[in-house]
Amino acid sequence: MKAVTAIDQLAESYDLVVVGAGPAGLSAAARAAELGVGVLLVDENPAPGGQIYRAVTTTPVSDRDVLGADYWRGAEIVARFERSQASYAGSCTLWSIGPDAAVPEGGGFEIGLSLDGRARLIGARQLILATGAQERPFPIPGWTLPGVMTAGAAQIALKSAAIVPAGRTVIAGCGPLLYLLAGQLAAAGAEIVAVLDTTPRSNWLKAAAALPDFLRSPYLAKGLKLMAKARRSLRFVGGVTGLAAEGADKLATVQVERGGSVETIACDTLLLHQGVIPSVNLSNAAGCTHDFDTVQHCWVPRLDDWLSSSEPGIAIAGDGAGIGGAESAALRGEVAALGAAHRLGRLDASERDRAAAPLRAELARALRGRRFLDLLYKPAPQFLAPRRDETIICRCEEVTAGQVRDTAVRLGVTGPNQMKAFLRCGMGPCQGRLCGPTVVELIAEANGTTPAEVGYYRLRPPVKPITLAELAALPQSEAAVKAVVR
Amino acid sequence: MTTNANRNEGDVVVIGGGVVGAAVALGLARSGARVIVLDEGDVAFRASRGNFALVWVQSKGLGMPEYALWTRRSAEDWHGLAVILRDEAGIDVVHSQPGGFVPCLSEAELDKRVTAMRRLHNLPGLADFPYEVLGRAETKRRLPDIGKDVVGALYSPLDGHVNSLKLFRALREASARHDVDYRPNHAAEAIEPRDGGFRIRGPWGEIAAAKVVLAAGLGNARLAPMVGLDAPVKPSKGQIIVTEKTTPFLHHPMGTIRQTDEGGVMIGDSQEDRGFDTIVGQPVISVMAERAVRTFPRLAALNVVRTWSALRVMSPDGFPIYDQSQSHPGAFVVTCHSGVTLAANHVLTLAPAILAGELPEMAASFSARRFHVPVHA
Amino acid sequence: MFRSMRDAKAGARLSFTFDGRPLTGREGDTVTASLLANGVTACRETPVSGVPRAPYCLMGVCFDCLIVIDGIGNRQGCLVPLREGMRIETQHGRRQPEEMRG
Ligand SMILES: Cc1cc2nc3c(=O)[nH]c(=O)nc-3n(C[C@H](O)[C@H](O)[C@H](O)COP(=O)(O)OP(=O)(O)OC[C@H]3O[C@@H](n4cnc5c(N)ncnc54)[C@H](O)[C@@H]3O)c2cc1C
Ligand SMILES: Cc1cc2nc3c(=O)[nH]c(=O)nc-3n(C[C@H](O)[C@H](O)[C@H](O)COP(=O)(O)OP(=O)(O)OC[C@H]3O[C@@H](n4cnc5c(N)ncnc54)[C@H](O)[C@@H]3O)c2cc1C
Ligand code: FES
Repeated sequence: MKAVTAIDQLAESYDLVVVGAGPAGLSAAARAAELGVGVLLVDENPAPGGQIYRAVTTTPVSDRDVLGADYWRGAEIVARFERSQASYAGSCTLWSIGPDAAVPEGGGFEIGLSLDGRARLIGARQLILATGAQERPFPIPGWTLPGVMTAGAAQIALKSAAIVPAGRTVIAGCGPLLYLLAGQLAAAGAEIVAVLDTTPRSNWLKAAAALPDFLRSPYLAKGLKLMAKARRSLRFVGGVTGLAAEGADKLATVQVERGGSVETIACDTLLLHQGVIPSVNLSNAAGCTHDFDTVQHCWVPRLDDWLSSSEPGIAIAGDGAGIGGAESAALRGEVAALGAAHRLGRLDASERDRAAAPLRAELARALRGRRFLDLLYKPAPQFLAPRRDETIICRCEEVTAGQVRDTAVRLGVTGPNQMKAFLRCGMGPCQGRLCGPTVVELIAEANGTTPAEVGYYRLRPPVKPITLAELAALPQSEAAVKAVVR
Repeated sequence: MTTNANRNEGDVVVIGGGVVGAAVALGLARSGARVIVLDEGDVAFRASRGNFALVWVQSKGLGMPEYALWTRRSAEDWHGLAVILRDEAGIDVVHSQPGGFVPCLSEAELDKRVTAMRRLHNLPGLADFPYEVLGRAETKRRLPDIGKDVVGALYSPLDGHVNSLKLFRALREASARHDVDYRPNHAAEAIEPRDGGFRIRGPWGEIAAAKVVLAAGLGNARLAPMVGLDAPVKPSKGQIIVTEKTTPFLHHPMGTIRQTDEGGVMIGDSQEDRGFDTIVGQPVISVMAERAVRTFPRLAALNVVRTWSALRVMSPDGFPIYDQSQSHPGAFVVTCHSGVTLAANHVLTLAPAILAGELPEMAASFSARRFHVPVHA
Repeated sequence: MFRSMRDAKAGARLSFTFDGRPLTGREGDTVTASLLANGVTACRETPVSGVPRAPYCLMGVCFDCLIVIDGIGNRQGCLVPLREGMRIETQHGRRQPEEMRG
C-alpha cells in the first residue's frame, strides 16, 4: 500500500478509484490491485475499516471480547489491503463525480477530492462506490435533544475511543444490530437500564415465509447468541409502539408507549437504532438510477450482475448496494473489482467469470436469511412517519412532520423536491441524509401514494462540504469564464 | 359537494404551476375567477425552484425600452404584492428594495457595463432611470467588505430581492385560500379549441374552460401552436452555489451575489446554452466561486452546501412573450425569464386583464408577432 | 456524557481548550470524542431556532457536531482528529464573521 497524505501526492489519474475503506472498498481495492490495476482508495476517516471495522488498526479497546471476533476479523481485511500495491488516501473526501472532459470519446470521470482543506480534480477510468450504509432516521419527539444519539454513534465512540455512555442508558429500536450494540456496550461497562424493542409484533407473521432460509443461514446462530446474551443480562421491553424523548435543554426521560400504557424512564442517554439503509447521496448525485426496495424499505441503486450501476463505469459495492452485512460487503467488493478489471482490459471475460464463481456462491450463502431479517425488522409505520405533528423531521432546518403533511395535502406537493423548495427540508448541511426517507414517507402517507411513486431528492455536488476557497482554486476554462462574465 | 361536471370545468385553466402560472392563477382568482391549475409532478423543469431571487431593474431593456418600463413598474408594485401575500397567505416573502450593486473585477468589465447602461438610458423614455457609476473608493465606502480586485460598481436604487422560494409558496398558499384548484401530476398533452372555449386533455382525463393561459415555462413551445399561439422559448442553463448560513453582512443584492434572509450566501449565475442538460459543470462553478471570493474575500472560508443548475425560459430576444390567440381568442400565453421580478405585474396587472379578455396596452410590444416581422435588408 | 471504559489503552494525552476551559484528550481521538469523554453534552446552538444540539451520529452524516476549531466555524468535530493545543469553542448559531477569516 502506498499512503497518500497530501493532496498533491495524488496522481493525475487512476485506472480505478474506490470510495470508502470499509470491507467492500478494502476488498475491491485489494483485489483490483492484485490484478495489476492502478488503484486509489479514498476514505474520509483517518483510519481504514469503515463502520463494522471502524478503527480496527488503532482502537484503544484492549479486551477483545468486548467487540467480538467478527470485529477483529477486519484486521485481516485491512492487512490484505496493506500488502497490495494500491494507493490509500485517508482523511480524504470525495465530493463530486463528473464526466472527464479530457476523454473526448467519453467514459472517464473527473472526481473532486478534498484533503486537509485543499481540493483537487483528478481522473478515474472506473469507479467503485463503497460508501456503505447509514442508520435509518428515527424521528421521534425530542430526538434532537442532547443526550439522544444513534446506537451506532455509541458503537463508534466505543470502537474508536474506548468510551461508553456514563449514567443511565436506554437503547431503543429494532434490527439485528440493536442486540449486538446493546451487548457490546454492556460488555464495555455501560449501565443499560432498558432495551426497548419496537419490532411490530405483526412482523413475525410477515417474516414467517422466509423463515426456512433463515434457519439455514449464518445469521441464525450469531443472532440467537446475541439475542440470548442481551436478554439474559438486560431489561428487555418488547412491543413498544411509541417513544418520545423529553427534557429541557437535555434529555431527562424517555416516554415509552406499549399499546395503551405509558411508562416514563429517567435516563441520561437514549440510543436510537432502527436498522441501516444504503447511503445514496453520492450515487444519486452521480446520476445512478435507484429503485425503492419494498422489502428493505429503502432506496437502492439499480445494479447488474457485476454491480455496475446505470452510469457506465460506476459500480457500487457493499451495503451501499443494498444492505447485506459485512461479509457480503467484502464479497461484493471483490465481484465489483473483477468487473472493473475486465472493463479495464486486465481480465478477459472467462477469467473474470471463473474468478467470480466461488465469490457468488459464498455471496448467496452470506445473504441467505437476509430476507427474514428485513421482513422481521421492518420498522413500524409510526416510526417511519411520525404521528405527532410537532416531531422535527429535518434536523438541520427544523421542519416538523406536521408541516410536511399539511403542505403535501394543502399545496398539492407530490414529491420531496417540491417539498424542499417550499419548506427547506433537505437544504441544510446534511443534504437530506437525515430527513429524506422521512419526508418521502410522510408525503406518501398524506397523498395515499407509495415511496416509489413519491421519489427521492435530486442531489448535486458537493456531496460533502468543501469551502468556497477550495472551489475557487480549481481549474477554470475559457468557455466557463464566458458563461459567467457576461 | 361539487359535482363531477363542476370539478372538470373552470372559468380559466392555467397550464403550468411555476411562479408565472401561480402568479397568474392568484391574480385571476383574486378577480373572482374559478381557476384550475394543471401542473407536472415533482420531477420537472421548473425554473421557479432554482432562481436567484432578484427583483432587478438596472440593465433590463436594452433593445426594448418597453421592457425596462414594464420591469420598473413591477418593481414599484412589488411592495404591494408582498403585502397581499402577507395578508392572504400569511407568509412574509422578505421583499426589500435597498438598491443593487454590480461590482466589477476589472476596468474592462466596468467599461463594458457602463457603456451598456449609457446605451440603455439613451433609449426614449428611459432617461430618468436612476443609477450611479461608482469608483473603487466609493464602492468600498458603501460595501466595506469588498476585496482589492474590485475596481468599481454600478448601483441602482431600483433593485431589490425577495426570498423566491417563500414567494413561490406564498403564491400557491394564497391561491389555495382563494380556492384555486391546483392539480399536480396533470401534464397537459393536448388543447383543443371547442365551442368558443377549450378542452384540455392528458392521461388523467379532460377538463374544459372558457379561457386557457399557457404558463408552462419551457413547455409553452409545444403547447402554443395548439391554440394558434407562438412561444419559441428555449432553455438557457444557469448554475448557482449556496453557502452555509452566516451572520448578516451583505445588505444589498448584487448581480451575482446575495445573502438570503436565512443567512446563506447565493452565488450566481452562469448562462449557457446547452439544451436540456442540467448537470452541474465544474469549471463554471469554479469561476463563479473564484469571482465571489475576489469580490468578498471573507466568503473564502465558507462551506458550500449546495450547487445546482436550472433552466431559464428564454425567448429569442430574451424579453417576455404575452399574447392572446387571434385565431382562438381566450387562449393566452404568459412566459418570461424574470418571473420573480415580474410577479407583481403578473398578479396585479396581467391576470385581471386576461380575465377581462384583453391584454393591457403596456404589454402590447410583447406579442410573439415581433419574431415574425420580416427583416429589412 | 461519556466516560472511558476499564482497561482502555492509555495513549498520549493532548491538551486543548473548550470555550476557554483547559481539558485533555487522548491522542488518536476525534475532537467530538474528546469532548464527549470530558462530559461535554452540547457543542452548538442551531442557526434556525438557537436550541442546543449534541453530536448525533459520529460518522459524518448528521452535522450536529458542528463546532469552532481554532477560529474556524462549522467544522464536523466527529471527523477531525484532536491536536495538541486546539482551541475549540461552541458554535453559536450561524457562522460568525471572525470564523470566516480561516
Ligand atoms: C453506524 C453503523 C455501525 C455498524 N456496525 C456494524 C457492526 O458492528 N457489525 C456489522 O456486522 N455491521 C455493522 N454495520 C453495518 C455495516 O453497514 C456493514 O457491516 C459494513 O460496514 C458495510 O461495509 P461497507 O464496506 O459497505 O461500508 P462501510 O463499512 O460503511 O464503509 C464505508 C466507508 O466509506 C466512507 N465514505 C463514505 N462516503 C465517503 C465520501 N464521500 N468520501 C470518502 N469516504 C467516504 C466512510 O467513511 C466509510 O468508512 C454498521 C453500520 C452503521 C451505519
Ligand atoms: C439560474 C436562474 C436564475 C434566475 N434568476 C432570476 C432572478 O434573479 N430574478 C428573476 O426575476 N428571475 C430569475 N430567473 C427566472 C425565473 O426563475 C423564471 O422566470 C421563472 O421561474 C419562470 O417561471 P415559469 O413559471 O414560467 O416557469 P417554470 O418555473 O419553469 O415552470 C413551468 C411549469 O410548467 C409546468 N409544465 C410544463 N409543461 C407542462 C404541461 N404540458 N402541462 C402542465 N404543466 C406543465 C412545469 O412542470 C412547471 O411547473 C432565474 C432563472 C434561472 C434558471
Ligand atoms: S456527529 Fe453526525 S456528523 Fe458528526
